[in-house]
Amino acid sequence: MLKLNHLSKSYVAGTPVLRDITLEVSERGVTAIIGASGTGKSTLIRCINRLVEPTAGEILFEGADLATLNGRSLRHARRHIGMVFQEYNLVERLTVMENLLSGRLGYVSAWRAWRRKFPPEDIRRAYELLDVVGLAGFALQRADALSGGQRQRVGIARAVMQEPTLLLADEPTSSLDPKTAVEIMELLAGIARSRGIPVLVNMHDVELAKRFADRIIGMAGGALVFDGPAAELDDAMLTTIYGGQGWIQ
Amino acid sequence: MNAPTAAVPADPFKGSLWPRVAALALIVYVIYAGAQLEVSWARIETGLENAAKFFSRLFPPNFSRHDLLVKGLLESLQIAVLASTLGIVLALPIGLCAARNLMPAWVTWPARLIIVASRSFHPVIVAILFVKAVGFGALAGTLALTVASIGFIGKLFTEAIEEISLKQVEAVRATGASFSSVLAFGVLPQVFSRFIGFSTYQLDSNLRNSTMVGIVGAGGIGGTLFAAFQRFDYDFVCAILLSIIGLIMLGEVLATGVRAIFIENATLADLFRRGSAMRRVRHSEDD
Amino acid sequence: MIVVAIVLSIQTVEVIPEFLADAPEQVADLLTRMWPLDFAYYPDTVHAALMETIHIASLGTLLALVLAMPVGILAAHNLVPSTPVNLVAKLILVSSRSVNSLVWALLFVGIFGPGALAGTLAIAFRSIGFVGKLFGEALEEAQPGPIEALSAAGAPWASRMTFGYWPQVKPAFWSIALFRWDINVRESAVLGLVGAGGIGMALDSALNLFQWTRVAVILLAIFAVVIIAEVVVTQVRRRMI
Repeated sequence: MLKLNHLSKSYVAGTPVLRDITLEVSERGVTAIIGASGTGKSTLIRCINRLVEPTAGEILFEGADLATLNGRSLRHARRHIGMVFQEYNLVERLTVMENLLSGRLGYVSAWRAWRRKFPPEDIRRAYELLDVVGLAGFALQRADALSGGQRQRVGIARAVMQEPTLLLADEPTSSLDPKTAVEIMELLAGIARSRGIPVLVNMHDVELAKRFADRIIGMAGGALVFDGPAAELDDAMLTTIYGGQGWIQ
Repeated sequence: MNAPTAAVPADPFKGSLWPRVAALALIVYVIYAGAQLEVSWARIETGLENAAKFFSRLFPPNFSRHDLLVKGLLESLQIAVLASTLGIVLALPIGLCAARNLMPAWVTWPARLIIVASRSFHPVIVAILFVKAVGFGALAGTLALTVASIGFIGKLFTEAIEEISLKQVEAVRATGASFSSVLAFGVLPQVFSRFIGFSTYQLDSNLRNSTMVGIVGAGGIGGTLFAAFQRFDYDFVCAILLSIIGLIMLGEVLATGVRAIFIENATLADLFRRGSAMRRVRHSEDD
Repeated sequence: MIVVAIVLSIQTVEVIPEFLADAPEQVADLLTRMWPLDFAYYPDTVHAALMETIHIASLGTLLALVLAMPVGILAAHNLVPSTPVNLVAKLILVSSRSVNSLVWALLFVGIFGPGALAGTLAIAFRSIGFVGKLFGEALEEAQPGPIEALSAAGAPWASRMTFGYWPQVKPAFWSIALFRWDINVRESAVLGLVGAGGIGMALDSALNLFQWTRVAVILLAIFAVVIIAEVVVTQVRRRMI
């Protein structure tokens, strides 16, 4: 499915943010990447679809090395990788429906998209998805009229519109209140289950990760330090990942 | 999946009819109005030939008559400085009188009328009238640009006063201060920095226009430029244009400097970044 | 320094006192000669010239919008991350703004001969700098997040422009267009003085023949159009935003 081989990234030469990451994600279900702020979680997840250019290493996805792709072939590979963002990244002045359909922009020509001539099948699926994420009836609202939790639901629906075979989520709950955060994680876990795809989420909330993730990856200082089921994540390991002890109850 | 969603609208982009009608109307207008321009291939062909000739004669620029050039530029500069000074001095009381939150209606209406009238005519048209009134020369140009300055600064100054916080005014008034003290301590401090902003913009704009009023005989480098154009003295035209562009860019640098001195960074950012692009548009130069 | 500049300017501008003293009388004389207004002249010549002025302003603004968009895009560093290209685009915009529309008009009259075509091109070329600069700045202020999301979905460049950038800059774009049109209505009224069509040509000939009653009608017509343009702009903007 997805395999990272010796992936490294340094924004400034000599100070790597990612150190030689090798990782395989093939199972369905939620994989959570946890770690302290600034430890490279976001960089790792953004390297996978090349929103951030890795410095070295391979990103094997569906039989191709994403790190070597460019232009059209990169765009075609990206169509199969959905992404959910911390700040939702909706186009605020477009409607919910238009935001959902923007997940199909990799498939629809720019000219058709400009005239809003999306295939009826896409529109039908968009309405279905709105139902799934609990926003039925919001299709014609403008995105800037929604609350944070609602916007994230639209963000998730947009990613699922791509019919991805892999879903990435970069701190999807960090801008939300605890109750909404749980709802969003339930939604992501449900999508992983119902669509049978791996969902790779990075988050700093350990409790939330333990509750929803089937597999947890711990990062510290730009390197992997833990990889296993939630049950195996003990306090000693958490100290390695986050440093210090005082915060563990 | 819940119950089958019965009501799936065929087209979720209902709002898109109006822009289409507008676009169609625009295309029809462009065809209609464009037809009146009498564009033809023959005309474009001869035009391109003319342009080639024209540009080849522009270069190299001829600076041999630099005394004439410098004299004209200096006169333009003087017109701009004087007109800005006079305009600011006159715009202050007029703008104040036009502010609805400080003055009664019988004062604001005449003041507003003056401002609207001053803004409506291009400075060059006003210059024509002043040339008839006071004769050819820099005086006419100065008076014309003074009128333009009254219109521009007066309008923005009025708006600035109307946006001030009345709490501060009331606080000063509560001390039993006279009307002039209320103005000096309650109103002016709140609008001072923006006022400096408009004034430097106006100086910049006056500088641009002072190089043009000469076309109708109101002094400055414009007269020299127009004469050179009519004599087909294109290498001199080029020299004049380059000098004007230099002067305007110098003026822009100076205006930025003045703003940096008078308005500390906060209000400078205020002027440039304030609100929507519209706001920025309004504060940026216009002719 | 400012005071010195003012004093120096006063000393050198040759204010002939007799002329200045004479001015109010001259203005009064001018006004009496303008009265009564020659309204019969309006349908005759002024109306057509006025319409031509509006066409010059509108077509010039539209042409400027079309031409300024690519230049504005090239000037925006987040869209075209190449500093040399940005600088060239900015140079084009600065040159366009530094040349007054009257000078552009002289230039185009020289190239295409007198008439509305020269006026339209003059308005367009003067406006490119204004529109392009502000459009480029609006693009640079667009939020990168939504664009990133569209890239992640595999959207091609054109779709990122129309779905990501355009909705964000649309209000600014139309504000800039309306504002420039308002300015251009005023500007196009004077272009005729150098032969570039519109009501300025009627004004020029009336002035040369000292037909003051006609001059007054023309000035009144310009005044009315400018006021109408301002009202239209205010109304459209209120409705759009």
